[in-house]
Amino acid sequence: MIIQTGRSPSLSIGSLSIWVDRLLPLLGVVLLFAVWWLIAVSGWVNQVLLPTPFDTLVQLVSATVTGNMLTDFGATVLRTFEAFIIAAVIGVPLGVALGSSERLYRSVEFLIDFFRSTPASALIPMFILFFGVSDFSKVIIAAFSALLLILFNSAYGVINAKRSRILAAKVMGANRWQTFRDVLLWESMPQTFIGLRSGISIALVIVIVAEMFIGTNQGLGKRIIDAQQVLNVKDMYASILITGLLGYALNMLFLVFEKRVIHWSGK
Amino acid sequence: MVEVNAHTRIAPPDACVQIEGLCKSFSGQVLYEDFDLTLPNHQFVSIFGPNGCGKSTLINMISGLIPFDRGTILINGKPMRRSRIGYVFQNYRDSLFPWMSAFDNIAYPLKVKGMSQRDCRDRVEQLIETFNIRLDLKRYPYSFSGGQQQLISILRALVADPEVLFLDEPFSALDFETTLFVRDKLQEIFMTANLPMLMVVHNLEEAVYLADTVLLLSKRPTHLVARVPFDAPRPRTPDTLSSPEFISVSRHCLDIFQEEMRK
Repeated sequence: MIIQTGRSPSLSIGSLSIWVDRLLPLLGVVLLFAVWWLIAVSGWVNQVLLPTPFDTLVQLVSATVTGNMLTDFGATVLRTFEAFIIAAVIGVPLGVALGSSERLYRSVEFLIDFFRSTPASALIPMFILFFGVSDFSKVIIAAFSALLLILFNSAYGVINAKRSRILAAKVMGANRWQTFRDVLLWESMPQTFIGLRSGISIALVIVIVAEMFIGTNQGLGKRIIDAQQVLNVKDMYASILITGLLGYALNMLFLVFEKRVIHWSGK
Repeated sequence: MVEVNAHTRIAPPDACVQIEGLCKSFSGQVLYEDFDLTLPNHQFVSIFGPNGCGKSTLINMISGLIPFDRGTILINGKPMRRSRIGYVFQNYRDSLFPWMSAFDNIAYPLKVKGMSQRDCRDRVEQLIETFNIRLDLKRYPYSFSGGQQQLISILRALVADPEVLFLDEPFSALDFETTLFVRDKLQEIFMTANLPMLMVVHNLEEAVYLADTVLLLSKRPTHLVARVPFDAPRPRTPDTLSSPEFISVSRHCLDIFQEEMRK
């Protein structure tokens, strides 16, 4: 019965469900804001500690447009990219080089894995000893942690290159250098991009932590901790939101870039 | 015996591949022991044998992809390092370069030799014209069908004007329909190019259909059991498959194969 009579309504239900499917990713966001709002207005949590989402967004916009949010944002972005570029420029070629000799990689594998497993934040005091509390110091420690991620991903990309393609190059008469340039390097790229994407994420994490604890004039990390210290919670939440947006945007940027460069991935 | 030895230094003029005293072991397991084989020129030769007898290993050793323990392999009387060979892999997906266009894939063997871009283009264009290929080669390999991709692999193997073409189970990654397409195209290429081809197959019918000679190999340690000629006229068509000649040769090969398996 239902199947017979439900013909014309099912069409509109169908187009509606497509719309619902499209809006599905926003559902979680709306839900979070709703719960946040509910908690903020219900009085369960002290108003001083938790402003409403609306107040936070207003603060975010006003601090961005009229305040100095953009200066802090820019400083953090700049440090993150500086760290990332240093890490990528050293990490990719070095990783590829290490990966093309598996024995060479095995000999330094433990070192890479050890420092990769050590939380980079644990090394901040050491870096302060060596590089002081300068801006350079923050960039260097972020670069260091991103470097290891990028390096070992590039190395594994080369190590796990498809053997059949290397053989194909060999049987066509390619020498070692040509095989490296035309096959190994390309074969390693999908994995290298995973390293670059995780690398910029970790660089942002470390830059924020370093800004909080090493101290600086500008930066989102510093802004968050300062706002917390003076109980300017609206600005703290606004800064957290924009930091999250930054992390998300960086990830998306790399995903889009990756899809364009590695057009053959999964095909 | 003496006569055989007298011939060893000079390859007969009509031999494209000459193997003598080939030995190869894999982790203590003897695969080839004093293996001799001469392959005639201008022929399409299929190699067929039981699983694990080292069919693919044999053409990989001839083409220099796998080292061997002892013996000599000559291609047109020269060691393989100095000869030009073409090789078509079993799996086009893992042997074409997906980051290059189909055109660049085909031209790669020329680029490796340092040929100028213009000469590369001329040569590839000449090749696709000779074999009447109609594909948009600016596209990337993965945008083609499986059969077209294998055809691109074959063109890539042909572009540098090889003295002999090796094919390692070229149809095994293809479905039935595309197998027919690639098989016909391969026959057309063989007839046009007059190039000796050596193909490993795991399907007896495939082995016989295209071949001038079918080589039947034994179980390990591998030796040549029989060399079966098949001289049906070309081009061979689906009708060939039902001709009495084809049936009797296939039957003969199958009998030898089954007898070998019982040993």
